[in-house]
This record gives sequence, C-alpha cells and structure tokens, in this order.
Amino acid sequence: MPAGDYRKKISLSESGPGDAGKTGSWRIVRPVIDPDVCIPGRRNAPACYICWLYCPDGVISRSVPPGIDYQYCKGCGICAEECPTKAITMVEESSFIKE
Amino acid sequence: MQIIETGNVAAALGVKLARAQVIAAYPITPQTPLTEKLSEFIESGEMQAEYIPVESEHSALAICIAAASAGARSFTATSSNGLLYMHEQIQWAAGARLPLVMCVANRGVGAPWTIWNDHQDSISQRDTGWIQIYANDHQQIIDSVLKAFCLAEEIMIPVMVCYDGYILSHTHMPFDVPDSEIADAFLPPYRPPYALDPADPANLNTVTMPDGRPDVRGDISPGYMEIRHLLQHDMVEAIPALKRVEERFRSMFGRGHDPYVEPYRCDDADYIAVSLGSLSYQLHDVADALRAEGVRAGVLSVHLYRPFPDRIIAEALNRCSGVIVFEKALSYGYQGPLCSDIKSALYRYAQGKPFVTNYILGLGGREITTQDLYEALKVSCSPDGGAGEETRWIGLKIPAGGTQT
Ligand code: SF4
Ligand code: SF4
Repeated sequence: MPAGDYRKKISLSESGPGDAGKTGSWRIVRPVIDPDVCIPGRRNAPACYICWLYCPDGVISRSVPPGIDYQYCKGCGICAEECPTKAITMVEESSFIKE
Repeated sequence: MQIIETGNVAAALGVKLARAQVIAAYPITPQTPLTEKLSEFIESGEMQAEYIPVESEHSALAICIAAASAGARSFTATSSNGLLYMHEQIQWAAGARLPLVMCVANRGVGAPWTIWNDHQDSISQRDTGWIQIYANDHQQIIDSVLKAFCLAEEIMIPVMVCYDGYILSHTHMPFDVPDSEIADAFLPPYRPPYALDPADPANLNTVTMPDGRPDVRGDISPGYMEIRHLLQHDMVEAIPALKRVEERFRSMFGRGHDPYVEPYRCDDADYIAVSLGSLSYQLHDVADALRAEGVRAGVLSVHLYRPFPDRIIAEALNRCSGVIVFEKALSYGYQGPLCSDIKSALYRYAQGKPFVTNYILGLGGREITTQDLYEALKVSCSPDGGAGEETRWIGLKIPAGGTQT
C-alpha cells in the first residue's frame, strides 16, 4: 500500500506549529516572558530553554530572549509551570483586547 | 512435510513460517501450548523473533500495536477472558490500521468460569473492525495463519484466526507443513507503508475533532468519521482481497478451499445446516445419515465471519427451503449472532426465503453428541421446521424453571 494512501486512513500528526490549525484562537490566557528574569535574557546568551523543551506545540524559539508564536500558542501554561525562574506569567487574553 | 501434531502446534508452525518478528502473549488455557511452542522456537534459535513476556493480555496487544507501528510483523494469541481483557486494544489496533495477526483458541467466557470450548469469546469481538476467519481443522489453522498475514498486510486490517479450544487446539491430527521456501515467496518480508522513525517523529492516532483539522502543511487531515468510513470500506474490500490471497496460495501450494464458505452436499439440498468451526465436520455425518433416509440435507461451514460475505452466503442458501443455524454463541436477549447475520443476508438477497431456525449448543464445552445433532436436524428438516421458538437449546440437562431430567 503506498504510504500516501495509508496516511489518509489514520490520524497522524507531525511536530511543528500548526498541526491543528491556528491554535492561538483557543487561548484564554497568554504566556508573557519577562526578559529581565529569564536566564537567556539576563545573561544575553543562549541558556536554559526549558520552556522550549516543554512546549507541546513547538511554538517557543531558542532565541535571546525566547520568543513565543502567538498564532499557535494555545495558552496551556506548561511553559510557565516549568520555567525555573518563574519568568513566564499567564495573562488574561481579555486584558490585551482592552488595550 | 506431513506431521501429526496438535492445533496449537499447527498455529505455532504457521507463525514460524510467517517469520513474525515480534510475539507478545500471555498464557491462557487453551491457547498456552501455542505460546509455549513459539517461545521454544525462539529459545532454540529456530525462529528469529523477539518474544516479549507480559503481565496481561492488554499489554500483549499494546506491545504488538507498538511493534507494528514501528514496522515489525507482530503476532499474539489468546482465549476467552484474555481476549476480553484485550478489548480496548483490539478496537485500537483496527482503528490504527495495523496488520496484526492473532490466534484465538475459542473458549467460553466467565462468569461462571469455564475453560472449555464455545465461540462467545471471539464472536463478542465481532464489531471491533478485525477480520475473523474460523478454521475447521489443523490444515486450515496453519494455512490460515500464513494467509492472514498476507491479507492483513495487503489491506492493513488486523486478522483473527479462530479455532476451537481443545477440540482442535489439543487434539493431534495429520497435516502438511508448507515448505519454508515457498512460504517465503508467498509471504515476503513485511514492508510497512509507514513506520515510526526517530529521525522523522510523528504522533500516531492522535485526537481527532468531529471535523477534519489542518495539519502542519495546511492540508486538511481526515477526521474520525472519514477514518472509520475507510475502515468499513476497506473491510468490504477484504472480501475480494481474500479471494486473491487464496488463489495465490492455491497456485503456490497446490491446495486450498473456498475462502468464504465450505459447502457439503449443498447442491440439491432442501435443508442446510450452517455453523462455524469444527462442528461443521460433525454435521457432515448427520447430513449423510439424513440423506440415507431420503432427506436432502447439506452443511455450510462459514470460514469468513467478518467481513461477512453476505451475498455469497445468501447464494449458497437461497435455493433450499430451510436453513438451520447451529451456534456456540449467543447475543443474549435475542438469538445467535450468525443466525441474525444469515437472516439479514437472506432478506437482502433471497426475498426472505427460506426459513431460518437457530439451535444453541455446546456452551462451556457441553458435549455435543452426533445423536443430538441428528435429532435436532431431523425435526427441522421439514416444511414447518422453522416454526416455534426463536432459539432452541440442545443438550440442556435442566430446562429453565424445570427440574433435572
Ligand atoms: S502556553 Fe503552552 S502552547 Fe503557549 S508557549 Fe507556553 S507551553 Fe507553548
Ligand atoms: S524556561 Fe524560563 S528561564 Fe528558561 S528560557 Fe524559558 S523563560 Fe527563560
């Protein structure tokens, strides 16, 4: 059976942002990184990236400081939970709408 | 090579010839000697495979699912409550479209405990999306295991090969062991259409939404309903696919049979007894005895139960006046499942003719005497043989509400 035919018969997802579409629309709380607390931000050098490792949607970049792609971040809060320095705060989406 | 061995050994030899790469099974009577034999083959180096001991049947099938997802030809076997304990993973294997093969040495299910034969275990898994083949003797067991891998891998649907516990699993019979070189040509190494690869990670059988969802490339991937619709579509396609497998088997090994049904003296029969498994051969003797008395009786053994070859079965039955279904399983509160399926096939293809009547027998290993079968079939081989109660029971010692007879 050709691989292409088989893949239509099952549910299969590959890593990368956007596997379930623009999942950013699911978000009700937004992770916001404080670069003055975050280790790479403070040291101005790549380090830590625990948030990148844990994000189930692969939407955090290993940059200095790390960035989050809000088109796909679904707001699960795992990054904030795992961050060893508590640099990530989950902020109500409604507060951004008011701005 | 002709040998005399048990049905369980026939199954084990089939798995060895198929060069299964991963075997995970938990011992349960009457399947145990099959898995013991396979572990002996692997221990002695006769067979190159991973044998993974597990703590339960649920784990056994979970391991086979994982192994097949990684591209390995995988096998398991069980019976009775072990099969029921796999139930969740049985459904999973079918939805995940993995070409597993499982032998079921048929045994009744608890409660109360029974270790003896009936068909309630595999029949209760009828609606899980697995193909079910019933073997009537040792030759059919070993051949069916080989064909099962071939069919499963062609259409990517798992296959159960069912055979009667003790009656076949533990009795010795002569059978031919296919030549391993021809078996290799018949069943080449498994080339999976997709296999898990750490270099290209993917998540299999992820949660689906009621609608399809966009994937990482922005394509719409199938939703739950599309995936399940394709399973149904491909199950129906398995009917002609099995015929192709059978024809290839016959051309390479010089033997074979109708892959769907096995008719015996049905051509001019007025009454046809229908059953699954080894009981069919016992019914041959009964048909012969009735023929000697001038009653034109025949026997139809059903080999392929799911997908149900309804048109083929209806065509085999629609010229007779009565169909008598003998079953070792029951849909409690209604009738034997095979009886219901046959009625449904006849309704569609034979305008409701002939009559269909149903006998329940042999539950939990209750002895089935040929005399009992003869008496039952004789009563039913008459124009009003279908009249009366929906299911009649053979071999009951204490009737409901009654006292011991
Ligand atoms: S909230 Fe969840 S999805 Fe969003 S960046 Fe954090 S871990 Fe990733
Ligand atoms: S886990 Fe926290 S400290 Fe580490 S990189 Fe991410 S935000 Fe910065």
